[in-house]
Amino acid sequence: MSSTQKRWSGRREELILALVFLAPALLVTFGVIFIPLAEQFWTSFHRYTLTIPGRPFVGLQNYLSALSDPTFWQAMGRTFYFTLVSTGLELILGLLMALLLNQRFRGQGVLRALILIPWALPTIVNGMMWRWIYNADYGALNALLTQLGLISHYHDWLGSPWMAMNMVIVADVWKMTPLVALLLLANLQTIPGELYEAASIDGAGAIGRFVYVTLPWLRPGLLVSLVLRTIEAFKVFDIIFIMTRGGPANGTQTIAYYTYTQAFSSLQFGRGAALAYLTAMFIVLLSLVYFRLIREDVYS
Amino acid sequence: MKKGNGLRLVALYGGALLTAVFVLAPFVWLFISSVASNADLLSRPLHWWPQHATLQRYLTILTTTDMNSAAYTFRIALWNSLRLAAGATVLSLAVGVPAAYALARIGVRWGRVATFFFLATYMLPPIALIVALYIILGSLHLRDTVSGLVLVYTSFIAPYVIWIMRGYFLSIPTEIEEAAFVDGCSRFDTFWRIALPLSLPGLVTTVIFAVLMAWDEFFYAMILTSSLAAKTIPVAIAEFSGQHMVDYGLVAAGGVLAALPPVLIALLLQRYIIQGLVAGAVKG
Repeated sequence: MSSTQKRWSGRREELILALVFLAPALLVTFGVIFIPLAEQFWTSFHRYTLTIPGRPFVGLQNYLSALSDPTFWQAMGRTFYFTLVSTGLELILGLLMALLLNQRFRGQGVLRALILIPWALPTIVNGMMWRWIYNADYGALNALLTQLGLISHYHDWLGSPWMAMNMVIVADVWKMTPLVALLLLANLQTIPGELYEAASIDGAGAIGRFVYVTLPWLRPGLLVSLVLRTIEAFKVFDIIFIMTRGGPANGTQTIAYYTYTQAFSSLQFGRGAALAYLTAMFIVLLSLVYFRLIREDVYS
Repeated sequence: MKKGNGLRLVALYGGALLTAVFVLAPFVWLFISSVASNADLLSRPLHWWPQHATLQRYLTILTTTDMNSAAYTFRIALWNSLRLAAGATVLSLAVGVPAAYALARIGVRWGRVATFFFLATYMLPPIALIVALYIILGSLHLRDTVSGLVLVYTSFIAPYVIWIMRGYFLSIPTEIEEAAFVDGCSRFDTFWRIALPLSLPGLVTTVIFAVLMAWDEFFYAMILTSSLAAKTIPVAIAEFSGQHMVDYGLVAAGGVLAALPPVLIALLLQRYIIQGLVAGAVKG
């Protein structure tokens, strides 16, 4: 027995095997993530524009010019708007959906399966589908609202900046609400039934039970959904690309999309790299704040 | 009491119906658009139920030999997406599963730190890597190839595999593996014959999510591909739905075909998906 114990924790053999097991993952991570990341970091201190020869070192100039450019802050503002509104709606609707699915009714299993459809739909297909629904001349939304008598003539839903942004948010909310609902549903199912009974005996009505039992227990689920959705929303690119290409009049140009246009349309790689690093820094900062929140939540 | 129950039932079934319509209507409309005739699609007032339905667009996508048509691009792109999803899933598992086991068993102390390190790569926006990746892949002649994309996709799927599988390996009691040791199994054998079979449900979940992630990805594919050699289905759909003279019905049919694999996986393997979503979120 003592010899097997020794073998189990034999340092050298263990260490070698551990390294062999970890090596491929480390190789891929370094090759595809850290080397490009470092390379792009270096690029961000140069003026590297494909249309202009040479690649001079310019220090922090790319960062400074980005930070002093009003276009950058406008894009940042739109990103915050998108993140706040879409995450907020997804949490509220997701909570309602989760509460509904947590009830017992006929067809509950079918509905639980159906809500996976929006989540499973590829992001690009989702964007294309909504763009078609919003179509100014033949779209289903125009047809529906006209036939219901709610609007008198067809609208160009993606035609004005403010409206377009909100319509893109609707498409995003449609796709991502089910994910939030499923996360919250899993959380709801961990609440012991006795708590509700005890609350009822203490004279709590339906609203009282929700405020004093359900909500406190849902804290971890709500927090996790909030973190996942804000970080994703802050990075939003695909749905913007397919639905509006950042338009009209840059009305849906979020920070990721703005960075993309700087790097790949204007071919200013140095500036694009600097913008990408600024975005990444915001996301890391956001994540750190959130992780702090979750940790405090777990240990309190 | 009775009256309250009646009201509750109405609210419950009303809510359920509303949710079902909300969730289904857009996708059903996409499907109808893919089979309705162009005259139906462009009619005003709109014919919700097509007067002439046809599967012609699907047939065209699957059989056309006209290499300049959108339908042909869709077919090749679907095939590229399939190869890419398969390749990225296999490579991500080959790379991620052993790493997850090492992080769960050997060197427990550093396991958590290292797992967090892999996970941190997850937060990076792809835009922070793409300019360099574009240049590096170009110099390796891997731009616009499925193999190049497989490599890039592995870099973001493998961390997910590590995250989920480490959790499964940690849930296997070490006593089982120690018993195998006593019976003379080597460290590798305990991994291969004991730990791996015991974490099969985790593997199934991981495979499903790896396939879905690869199938859905758009940004890298858009930047790193330029021809039919590697163009994926999201890239093809984005390309054709952005043109001025859009054939809405055909793009809808391409969309339905692109949506079919993930939607079927979601409906048939629902149990694993919900497990994976919850496990993935909670461990963070």
